[in-house]
Amino acid sequence: MSSVNTAAHSVVEPTPTAKRIAGTIVILYALVTMIPLAWIFLTSIKSPPDSISYPPKVVFTPTLEGFCNLFTTRTRQTPDYIQALPPPTGTCDEITRGRNMVIAGPSNYWPRFGNSLLIAFGSTFLAVSLGTLAAYGFSRFRVPLADDLLFFILSTRMMPPIAVAIPIYLMYRQFGLSDTALGMILLYTAVNVSLAVWLLKGFIDEIPREYEEAAMIDGYTRLQAFWKVVLPQATTGIAATAIFCLIFAWNEYAFAVLLTSGSAQTAPPFIPTIIGEGGQDWPAVAAGTTIFLVPILVFTIILRKQLLRGITFGAVRK
Amino acid sequence: MAEVVLHGIAKTFGDTVAVDDLSLTIRDGEFVVLLGPTGAGKTTTLRLIAGLERPDCGRVTIAGRDVGRQSPAERDVAFVFQQYSLYPHLSVYDNLAFPLRSPARRLGVEEIDRRVREVARMVRIEHKLQNRSTRLSGGEMQRVAIGRALVRRPAIYLMDEPLSSLDAKLRAELRLELKRIQKELGSTLLYVTHDQIEAMTMADRIGILSEGRLVQIGTPREIYADPANLHVAARLGQPHINLLPIDLLPGAAVPSGALTIGARTEHLEIATSAQGNAEVDWIEHLGDQNHLHIRVRGHKLVTLADPYLSIKPGDRINLTLRQPLYFGPDGERLR
Repeated sequence: MSSVNTAAHSVVEPTPTAKRIAGTIVILYALVTMIPLAWIFLTSIKSPPDSISYPPKVVFTPTLEGFCNLFTTRTRQTPDYIQALPPPTGTCDEITRGRNMVIAGPSNYWPRFGNSLLIAFGSTFLAVSLGTLAAYGFSRFRVPLADDLLFFILSTRMMPPIAVAIPIYLMYRQFGLSDTALGMILLYTAVNVSLAVWLLKGFIDEIPREYEEAAMIDGYTRLQAFWKVVLPQATTGIAATAIFCLIFAWNEYAFAVLLTSGSAQTAPPFIPTIIGEGGQDWPAVAAGTTIFLVPILVFTIILRKQLLRGITFGAVRK
Repeated sequence: MAEVVLHGIAKTFGDTVAVDDLSLTIRDGEFVVLLGPTGAGKTTTLRLIAGLERPDCGRVTIAGRDVGRQSPAERDVAFVFQQYSLYPHLSVYDNLAFPLRSPARRLGVEEIDRRVREVARMVRIEHKLQNRSTRLSGGEMQRVAIGRALVRRPAIYLMDEPLSSLDAKLRAELRLELKRIQKELGSTLLYVTHDQIEAMTMADRIGILSEGRLVQIGTPREIYADPANLHVAARLGQPHINLLPIDLLPGAAVPSGALTIGARTEHLEIATSAQGNAEVDWIEHLGDQNHLHIRVRGHKLVTLADPYLSIKPGDRINLTLRQPLYFGPDGERLR
């Protein structure tokens, strides 16, 4: 039995061949973009000599040395001293002693990582909250000079933020905000809020105002109607905006280098400063980077559905 | 339920006059329909009563109290919108319960449940209470929207073309149901539409709006039989009223100053006659009746005819006027 393939296919539905070609292209592209990530991860489980060997080693014995070096500070000791110590208490202890060193204490990685979490999520929360309220205002009320204000808000994005680094540095020094988490949260909020207002205004414009009006007639105040009716429908936009803001704040490097050095330092400026003996400790740097990627990955996966709808937003109208 | 009075309200948006010196009394328990074309100010009138807009001048009183400074929530009105009528993130049950859960009311859970189920029965949606509101057909959505208004007992129900997005069959069904419910509850209801059948079948009184002004208000019978001017006459009647020069057809007792004769089906007498003054152009067979397209000396008329009347296109007939409507040069009715 064979069926003649003359059945008319839908005009809008791609043919199976087209789907296969598209799928292949997407998979190839995904592989290409993932190679650097894979390389970072592989480097994190290489030994320092393997990580800088030439030609690069693809087959190697994995080790946790990079992670151990990331989390600890170490001092070199004589073999006699190490021999005299009690037996090692853990994997890292053992690895470190194998290199004729002992663990002197924890490194600054987790505090820096914690700073990154606090500053990125804090500024994202603030930027999205303020952005949502501002966008709602611009969307629903007759704001005097609304267009000019919106342009002004956007104009803060028209130059690279680092162009204003010096004035901000001086200002922060004056106000005692340098090297504080609060200072970094305020700074990232200020940068992100313009993006948030513009993105969210689009989303809120799309929510018919009849919903709030109905709620207001049903016995709610405007603020209650905003909370009960507008916010639930804006979740897609809020999620998409939050991810964009978070990615910026999480990855930001230039301001972080300039404005933080000690207690408020975030992970991006910290990671490249991890120095091993006789140069950069690449496995430790790669390990720090690998862990640094996790929060964004988790956050994005949680909000994946909203993000997809949010990014394609505007392309398809209901 | 309460009496609602508009005293000379006006509202402009930019250069557009939406409502112009409108005065209207909706009596307690009365079903008033505002009829008018798009842009006549019907919706704005509803929004002014609801408090969603503030009038430039004039007053709105509900049950005798001036509501000018009150928020929509304080005015005790219910509103059914033309579309976007349900909260898409809530179930049918929660949509119906939404007004009852408002901070302004704060009813107990049991009381809310009782009233939601009662209204769901009334609008025949009780089998879909747990559905997401976006998973309903258009007719069901609109029934829920009406239910969300009925779940309260407000001073007045305001409805903005609630049936316009539905198909003809559903519209006819809901029309009857709405009228039945309104009678049962004895509610005061202000209903806006551009559909003359809705207006004629449901209204205790019809108000004709044109360019923000209330042109005429009266019972459906009065508005139909005794229109104040050309505009009102043209709003009602199917087929559309025929506007003719005064000397076109015999049978008219033209008052002085009249310029136009308005002739509906009931104003035209048809007699088959080979020497008649008119010629049948075309016949539309609608089943229960026929639309007759007639030509009289270059003027075209449309009227209804008995389907059993044996005429065909090309036949000559004799047309005579029988107590038609007369209008002066300004469009005002002359009696």
